[in-house]
Amino acid sequence: MHEIASVAVEILEMYDETPSVKTITFSPSFDIRPGQFCMVWVPGVDEVPMGFSSENSISVQQVGEATNALCSLAPGDKIGIRGPLGNGFSPKGRVLAIAGGVGAAPLLPLAERGMADTFILGARTEAELPFRNSLDACTDLLIATDDGTAGYHGFVTGVLADLDPTAYDTICVCGPEMMMKNVLRDLFTAGCAEKSQLSLVRYMKCGVGICGSCSMDPDGICVCREGPVIAGHRLLSEKSEFGRYARDASGQRSDGPGH
Amino acid sequence: MRLCPGPVRVGGVDLSNHLILAAGVLGTTGASLQRMLREGAGGVVSKSIGPIPISGHKGPCVQVYDHYVLNAMGLPNPSQAFQNEMAPLSGKPVIVSIFGGNPEEFATVASWFTDSAAAFELNVSCPHAKGYGTQIGTDPAMVEACTRAVKQTADLPVWVKLTPNVTDITTIGKAAEDGGADAIVAVNTVKAMRINTELKRPVLGYGTGGLSGPAIFPVALRCVWELYDAVSVPIIGCGGVSNADEVIEMMMAGAAAVEIGTAVVNGSEVFRQIADALYGEDGESPADIVGCAHA
Repeated sequence: MHEIASVAVEILEMYDETPSVKTITFSPSFDIRPGQFCMVWVPGVDEVPMGFSSENSISVQQVGEATNALCSLAPGDKIGIRGPLGNGFSPKGRVLAIAGGVGAAPLLPLAERGMADTFILGARTEAELPFRNSLDACTDLLIATDDGTAGYHGFVTGVLADLDPTAYDTICVCGPEMMMKNVLRDLFTAGCAEKSQLSLVRYMKCGVGICGSCSMDPDGICVCREGPVIAGHRLLSEKSEFGRYARDASGQRSDGPGH
Repeated sequence: MRLCPGPVRVGGVDLSNHLILAAGVLGTTGASLQRMLREGAGGVVSKSIGPIPISGHKGPCVQVYDHYVLNAMGLPNPSQAFQNEMAPLSGKPVIVSIFGGNPEEFATVASWFTDSAAAFELNVSCPHAKGYGTQIGTDPAMVEACTRAVKQTADLPVWVKLTPNVTDITTIGKAAEDGGADAIVAVNTVKAMRINTELKRPVLGYGTGGLSGPAIFPVALRCVWELYDAVSVPIIGCGGVSNADEVIEMMMAGAAAVEIGTAVVNGSEVFRQIADALYGEDGESPADIVGCAHA
């Protein structure tokens, strides 16, 4: 048992990554593995899980009370960070990264450390593509937009279809759950689902594998502790809740994929 | 010292060993409870289920320190929808933890699980939820009435989990026994808090919360010790147990079995690890160990 308590950090910078995503940098920084996350405490509001987009930043999409409050803070304000938590990605050999929208955040440190040979980045529009310049500088970046305003006109799976995924040793994926479900389906069809590592989101309270809020059916995978990065082959079962349902803060099931 | 392995029956429930998963830990879903049974727990207690769905307190809900954990979850639970989680667990040693604000609510919640639970554990001891838990469990008359209400509703064993946040825990233990409890579980978390000095705020969103983990083991042990002299029903020791020697120590104080919760922070394989160290063919008979320190 070792201490994993909230550490107060000071916000250094806040800037718009896209119209809907803000990057917040802070001090001190954390010793992270790409794909690890933290619980971000907005004092007086709530605490929410978020992937590290670097050793001293998070990239936030405003989706609720806590993220709205977080984005209304200013440099000099203090927040609490509990982490790094979870396993992170375990890349080896040639690595393909596939990201949708703000899901690119936990994959950014992977690319910036020179570990992503190819990176497929998808978003709804060109303006919604996060980290485009940073990624362009450190990996072979392939773009897809739903409306065709940049790169391939369509989903990331369309770009994936033109690649040979079997030429990679590790395929790291993070994005909306339906996107990941479709990517996993295509990798399975190509016979390389076992090379995939998917970063998942489930409702989390403790972040350290005690409370069970983020447990997934049918095997009771504890996403905060065993994940958030889960091997794709563990999500292929027809009984898996992946892409089908998730539980809310009370533990009640709601149909539809997780985030 | 080791215990000789063998059938374990405590408080009306057949367990596969003396180590039970404590309430509120990895017990939100049926799949998670089933997994902990696979990972070596002798029995499992569910997340506490109440009369209405609750989302719980704002975070932070949990802070982990070197020798203890603070939590203020706020009794999040799916209420009656938990029936769906329990359906595949019928016949397994799954104890459903329930709570309510009065005897009628306890009885209502119990009625939802009479076909699927192996027993009930009454949560009259959560220290961080208004109107529930400790607010019931510090009043002997209320504890007795809630216990009796569940006994009258269900033909199942009823365990009552006590709070250590009282002057005399034996008064509450005796009240549970008078209400018909089949076992006493001692104890729930100790009311506590920390403040982050840089943020100038309590580290838990709710402010105060419950202390668990190795730091409270001596408190839990003392409670079991006092209850052993005061009640005749079995006592299940809970609080800070994280290795086989502490299981034996709890049993010597008077516990017939133990619950393990916070130690799961070291990994869900903790049950297998403790069981491996606890049992041996040349071990002592558990019957000779339980309460032996009182001699």
